[in-house]
Amino acid sequence: MSTNRLDYLDELEAEAIYILREVAGQFEKPALLFSGGKDSITLVHLALKAFRPGKFPFPLVHIDTGHNFEETIQYRDEMIARIGEKLIVGHVQDSIDEGKVIEQTGKNASRNALQTFTLLDTIAKNGFDACIGGARRDEEKARAKERIFSVRDEFGQWDPKRQRPELWNIYNGKIHKGENVRVFPISNWTELDVWNYIRRENIPLPTIYFAHQRDCITRNGQLMAASPFLNMDEEDVVERRNVRFRTVGDMTCTAAVESYAFEIDDIISEIADSKISERGARMDDKVSEAAMEERKKGGYF
Amino acid sequence: MDILKFITAGSVDDGKSTLIGRLLYDSDAILADQLEALHASNRKNDDGTIDLAILTDGLKAEREQGITIDVAYKYFETDKRKFIIADAPGHIQYTRNMVTGASNADLAIILIDARRGVVEQTTRHSFLVSLLQIQKVVIAVNKMDMVDYSEDVFNNIVADYQKIAAKLNISDVTFIPVSALKGDNIVYPSTAISWYKGDSLLHHLENVEINRDNASTHARLPVQWVVRPQTDELHDYRGYAGRVSSGSFKVNDKVTVLPSGFTSTISKIELYDTQPAEALAGMSVTVHLKDNIDISRGDIIVNSAGEPQLSSVIEADLCWMDTRGLDTSLTYLVQHNTKTVRCKIREMLHKVNINTLEKDFDEDFKLNDIGRVVIKTAEPLAFDPYQENKANGGAVIIDSRTNVTVGALMLRQSVE
Repeated sequence: MSTNRLDYLDELEAEAIYILREVAGQFEKPALLFSGGKDSITLVHLALKAFRPGKFPFPLVHIDTGHNFEETIQYRDEMIARIGEKLIVGHVQDSIDEGKVIEQTGKNASRNALQTFTLLDTIAKNGFDACIGGARRDEEKARAKERIFSVRDEFGQWDPKRQRPELWNIYNGKIHKGENVRVFPISNWTELDVWNYIRRENIPLPTIYFAHQRDCITRNGQLMAASPFLNMDEEDVVERRNVRFRTVGDMTCTAAVESYAFEIDDIISEIADSKISERGARMDDKVSEAAMEERKKGGYF
Repeated sequence: MDILKFITAGSVDDGKSTLIGRLLYDSDAILADQLEALHASNRKNDDGTIDLAILTDGLKAEREQGITIDVAYKYFETDKRKFIIADAPGHIQYTRNMVTGASNADLAIILIDARRGVVEQTTRHSFLVSLLQIQKVVIAVNKMDMVDYSEDVFNNIVADYQKIAAKLNISDVTFIPVSALKGDNIVYPSTAISWYKGDSLLHHLENVEINRDNASTHARLPVQWVVRPQTDELHDYRGYAGRVSSGSFKVNDKVTVLPSGFTSTISKIELYDTQPAEALAGMSVTVHLKDNIDISRGDIIVNSAGEPQLSSVIEADLCWMDTRGLDTSLTYLVQHNTKTVRCKIREMLHKVNINTLEKDFDEDFKLNDIGRVVIKTAEPLAFDPYQENKANGGAVIIDSRTNVTVGALMLRQSVE
């Protein structure tokens, strides 16, 4: 085997840093979309490597559904204090109060779909021309064809048939007024790569990624955290379970997995053996086979 | 552990999607929920087994039409290596997609249907592999089960293909007889093909050696961003951030900054909070120079002992990628490394019929056309011939009216 090539984590890191610096070099007003999940936490770490000792050439943007895991918000605020960078929060509650979106009702009500509006609204209000996101191509097959620089029209839409050819490491960020680009620096990482990198770099994570005891209900075959945001009725039985979360999203649509992985090493071996992919733990993708593609076209990141 | 990026070239009929599906399926790279979706799908093979091709179908339109229309990236790993597959469509109308997928590939798998042998599309795919300078080629002779696993059929295809390889200067070719449908020689060695003594496809992919150009004389660092904190404590800090595209840099190396031509010496190399002794090809670093010279994004730092060509009139191979044809009266943009400047296509020398490899002098560059041109740029580009150093020889053309990437350039030489 050849010896003059970089180890895979170094290679992935170097590529992501390169992409982040291309965003800095090519755009007037970029932003980094921060969800509080491990992928965007990894992006922040990569941005430190790309730009320190200078400041980030972009703010962090969090779209807050109001239905958060409290641990995520706590993590976010501590992280911002530690790195000293700017945070902009777009509240789904504001979009509801302004009458721009209408809260869903019924048992499976979620604000997950509403956050697309708040995101696009936040992009428009701040005039962002590039939004860096933590999506990866291995998450779902519609994402397998996404570009690193993905142009969105003024409605935030992705058109899979009109993607720009992307050759070598040359990313074309030229856009017309009103358009913006979504940029995915960790496109080529897998879930396991992210975890191995977090371990190698010692990156702190919100506690909900690790096994803990929590009141849960089982819905549509999945474990959901019992919370005031989940519309529950007498059919829902609350049970105390040992769980952790593999993704961090809105509380109403992020399913837990039964787990005893208390340390990062446990998580890595759990994932390595696992037989459920990460998005399989998100109810929002279960709706139909083409669900992700439809939502991407609609501006979801 | 390193990463091998490879492209698969072939059409639906050659069983390309089935081959990738088999590679993922037999190497346990498919997770339970994906498998569940696979079993739930109503597409089956004639004998009732799962149609593995479904695994690589991405977009809804493609599912409806049953064809791959864009490059899809797939990821899997074994104990030895991590793999990124660029699954590109094989039909001639998607030549631009294959060129895109090929641009970052270390290796290409070209599929040949054992029943049909070397066909027009084989020549086309091989031409693209050669044009894009993919280091290694694997010829997977598929559907061996349909020709009774015949050694003669395989040997004839090898002989036919070697003629094409010689014509295109493709030197590193490995031939493997496979059946993606039955799983012969994909992950596991085949018992049905006992006359074949070589590696299975996966075993070959795990062990094939891929080199990166770390020669110091080829050291190239396109500057992406200048780090200048301008704080009280870091008042004089000035670091040039970029990714080493080829070669390697060490502290005290004499360097030249192009296009200005200023020379200096590397005083420090940083990677966040570490100071690596050497910046190797592929590494994203920040370098410091001894002299305070004016450097900005778009400049390139190179080793003074091996400077690239610096020119604004350049002969290049061109693949046109847009439905609007090339217009020599228009001013386009060319993006090379971190530099974007205006350019014109001054001359069209010839086109290549990529099915027959014959030259064509029709002066009309349309979607998927490939040929040779001379470009004139508003400012000189510091480039290496693509055939010698692809990391510093590729560029794209952007239509400034639509902002779309419309052409891929493989730069050849200055003709100033």
